[in-house]
Amino acid sequence: MTIVAIKILLVSISAGVLGSILGLGGGIVVTPALTLLFGVDIQHAIGASLISVIATSSGAAVAYIKDGITNIRVGMFLEIATTVGAITGALIAGLISPNLLYIIFGLLLLYSALAMLKKTKEELPEEVPLHNVAKTLKLQGEYYDKALKKNVSYNVDNVYSGFGVMYGAGIISGLLGIGSGSFKVMAMDVFMKLPLKVSSATSNFMMGVTGAASAGIYLYRGDISPIISAPVAIGVLIGATIGAKIMQRMKSKTIRKLFIPVLMYVAIQMMAQGLGVKL
Amino acid sequence: MNKDTQECSKEINEVEIFVSKSLRFGVLVSGAVILLGLVLFLSSGEGGYPGDSYPTRLRDIFAGAFDMKPFGIILAGLVLLICTPIMRVGISALVFLKEKDWLYVGISAVVFLILVSGFFFGK
Repeated sequence: MTIVAIKILLVSISAGVLGSILGLGGGIVVTPALTLLFGVDIQHAIGASLISVIATSSGAAVAYIKDGITNIRVGMFLEIATTVGAITGALIAGLISPNLLYIIFGLLLLYSALAMLKKTKEELPEEVPLHNVAKTLKLQGEYYDKALKKNVSYNVDNVYSGFGVMYGAGIISGLLGIGSGSFKVMAMDVFMKLPLKVSSATSNFMMGVTGAASAGIYLYRGDISPIISAPVAIGVLIGATIGAKIMQRMKSKTIRKLFIPVLMYVAIQMMAQGLGVKL
Repeated sequence: MNKDTQECSKEINEVEIFVSKSLRFGVLVSGAVILLGLVLFLSSGEGGYPGDSYPTRLRDIFAGAFDMKPFGIILAGLVLLICTPIMRVGISALVFLKEKDWLYVGISAVVFLILVSGFFFGK
């Protein structure tokens, strides 16, 4: 038992590192690892993955906020969209077949992966106009980039489309019980044109709230098993703390190169699910 | 940097420090409680409940934790971990209030209300 717990802990540390660097919840590592490597049933794997989302978010946010990478205003404002979306998702979950949604959101992710491919040579977004609403909400910001060794100030564009995509991200979270970090990073990076590090850190920051919104339901249903979730929580907390330090020293270009294949994988998986194909 | 931007960044610094500290507190406390429960479980091999069962209601979880049942302690730690982001939203609202940034007091309050209402929709 102890050996299994240590193995889960080690896998979770790597999930926390990857999740905190890319702004994803670590669920893409935790869920398949638990089901395929440890034979955990999908129900408890998803419960543990939700714990991993919340642990990544809080663990990484401690460092990202202290170092000023997270844009708290952008996060708080967009959380209106994700939380309302999450409730919408939970409400429609029993009413409609989510297949069409899977295909639509899968296509959206594929589109953003392609949009990101065009940006692989770009370290920071250039000449972004400040959207009117962004100005009213004081969304623009500044951070110190440890890889570039300079202060980066940035504007925020397309607030409405970003808000819309965030609402979609919320619906996905509510339907599937995940943090949907890929959508959050996409909304901020592709639509609102924030620097990638800010998008990733802010996505991390927001994900905990989205996850917490549905965690109560999972807990009540008994999906959060103490034996599995305890090593996941501790491992991910350790991993996220390490990842938040590593990410700041990485070039945005490198982070993007890691992000694009992950995005494509999630997109294809989602469309396959929508079409009823088992991967 | 003009005066407006300066004031804006001074305020956001204040918010950042508070939010970061409250998250660190939540992470350390919940992490320590989960670790305690896990160590107790691994050393005794007993979860404190019949078979592989464990409590799912808040009241039973905390009652189990007070009785030092390993699964009760782990789940209480997980509940604290889940509460950390929610607490973070509440704390941000308070700090924005202190800074008299009414727009963001409103935004944080709306998010907090949606989160709380989510618990009712879920049932």
